[in-house]
Amino acid sequence: MPQVVSANRLDDGIVVFVGRDRAWVELLDAARLFDTKADMEAAVAVAQKDVAANRVVDIFPFEVKISGDTVTAVALRDIIRTSGPTVHRDHGKQAVHG
Amino acid sequence: MYRYDEFDAAFVKDRVSQFRDQVQRRLAGELTEDQFRIHRLMNGLYLQLHAYMLRIAVPYGTLSARQLRKLADIARRYDKGYGHFTTRQNLQLNWPSLKDTPDILDELASVEMHAIQTSGNCIRNVTADHFAGAAADEIDDPRPYAEILRQWSSIHPEFSFLPRKFKIAVTGAARDRAAIQVHDIGYQLVRNSAGEVGFAVWIGGGQGRTPMVAKKIRDFLPAADLLAYSEAIVRVYNLEGRRDNKYKARIKILVHEKGAEPMRLAVEEEFAARNDGRLRLPQSEIDRIHAYFAPPALAARGARSNAFESRKASDAKFRAFVETNVAQHKIDGFGIVTISLKPIGGIPGDATSDQMDVVADLAERLGHDEIRVSHEQNLVLPHVAVDDIPAIYDVLAKHELATANVGQISDIIACPGLDYCSLATARSIPVAQRISDRFGDGERAHDIGDLKIKISGCINACGHHHVGHIGILGLERKGVETYQITLGGSADENCTLGDITGPGFSYEAVVDAVETVVDTYLGLRSDKTEDFLTAYRRVGMAPFKAALYEKNPGADI
Repeated sequence: MPQVVSANRLDDGIVVFVGRDRAWVELLDAARLFDTKADMEAAVAVAQKDVAANRVVDIFPFEVKISGDTVTAVALRDIIRTSGPTVHRDHGKQAVHG
Repeated sequence: MYRYDEFDAAFVKDRVSQFRDQVQRRLAGELTEDQFRIHRLMNGLYLQLHAYMLRIAVPYGTLSARQLRKLADIARRYDKGYGHFTTRQNLQLNWPSLKDTPDILDELASVEMHAIQTSGNCIRNVTADHFAGAAADEIDDPRPYAEILRQWSSIHPEFSFLPRKFKIAVTGAARDRAAIQVHDIGYQLVRNSAGEVGFAVWIGGGQGRTPMVAKKIRDFLPAADLLAYSEAIVRVYNLEGRRDNKYKARIKILVHEKGAEPMRLAVEEEFAARNDGRLRLPQSEIDRIHAYFAPPALAARGARSNAFESRKASDAKFRAFVETNVAQHKIDGFGIVTISLKPIGGIPGDATSDQMDVVADLAERLGHDEIRVSHEQNLVLPHVAVDDIPAIYDVLAKHELATANVGQISDIIACPGLDYCSLATARSIPVAQRISDRFGDGERAHDIGDLKIKISGCINACGHHHVGHIGILGLERKGVETYQITLGGSADENCTLGDITGPGFSYEAVVDAVETVVDTYLGLRSDKTEDFLTAYRRVGMAPFKAALYEKNPGADI
């Protein structure tokens, strides 16, 4: 299963993902997918530089699945983390991006 | 209410500027996350699932209108317009940014509030009976003693790096409304045979992955020895508590492994050896702190209020509200109004900024400027004239704050769970919402009567599931949420831990399982006056287990 690399932005704590051009993005749909363990580990290593540069904290990869154009996290924890509280559909990424 | 003196004000102000400097250094890259984490946690700032979370202390659950308005204002300007009241009588904001936090703390300091020691391995916010100063059954107001403990424990040099966090609760009556027997130290105000006020002392209670009911180690501790004895307990724990395993580091494990009697002897020995009068509380100081908590001047009124009685007679909804949400006050003609933060289908403990403003206005206008936060995640107006209750009810009803369900099945404690918390393994809030929707606050809920459901989204038990009459623990098994049910727990003076019914239930099935438990109770209670807990203690687990599993073999997750 492909993986994406996520972190929390340092100044506001918001969840971000390594994007297709390696910049941090807020939307899972814009995240870069890593199909192999080696690619994912290389991405984590690069992302760690942004930890050192105090842009993000708490880097970790997680599995996603792809259905058509839609990327969704596999584990419930990651689904909630990438969309927002299931009890507050008006908050989190889901509030802005559906 | 307690008001900061010059020392308190300077201390809190200094802490804010210290944290402002730490945040600036963190954002500038002068501090790494590893270096910074302990500083942010000591100021109540966590990094949670979606964003930072700020836990603001509400010492012993007491707020003025000015303070609650400030919380509303902060939630509106720096967060998303709501806050979550917790089982530690605190308020959590779920979306603050790191860069705004020093400004938030400055705002809090302007109304004599802070977030100090709401996290970290230190003595946390001291909690107390939410009916303190108003309850008819009270021996003494627990808040002055909680305030004395707060002053003593704030940045206490010896006790700032304990093996684990340390929680103290104080209750003022024989009826325990502060859950003291599931705290590291529980102080219960009592009178001795000479009529003097002091404390029964309980230690080693707690929930989490290894739940324990506290052991009583003193029948009577003179009030003057409160700090000296607390110091002895925490010192023995600090020296002997385990630091090799965080899951075995709480005082409950020390009490359990060492034994209650050897622990009592160790505390008494420490107390005797160092009790040189240094920490003995002068009566003048106890009186000085007590004076801050002097009850408002409430002139006794007639026991009967015509306005109140006629509204009760003519309005069934108001009558239901009075029956569940109004408690007896120590002074005739007054009542204690609990404002349920558990609207049917709502999120337990959440209040919007607008709702906080409404409650602040009511407290100022008709409640002698006092508000309480209960560990059951509700708000309380502790001093209300019975004559004014209809007017208060009308305002509450306009703002979805008049749900008549206090103590009933939909008055559920629930932790934030997997919807917010990075430690959680399952959701708890939507389970609470579905149970609340299923049973409502109508005739059925009324018929069920007193029933406390408590839900935690992980083994850390922030939702107090171990002491729920029905407890629900959310876990994750093979990537799927599963919910373990316990029965027969209680956090009151007859504290017990719930018994696990058996295998857990899926997210979809757990509400049906709760309904099965409730229907079983309704079928076996001796009469309507036998509440759930009493019935469970009479009949035990067997009929519930049979109903849950023998008729429902699908429950096997």
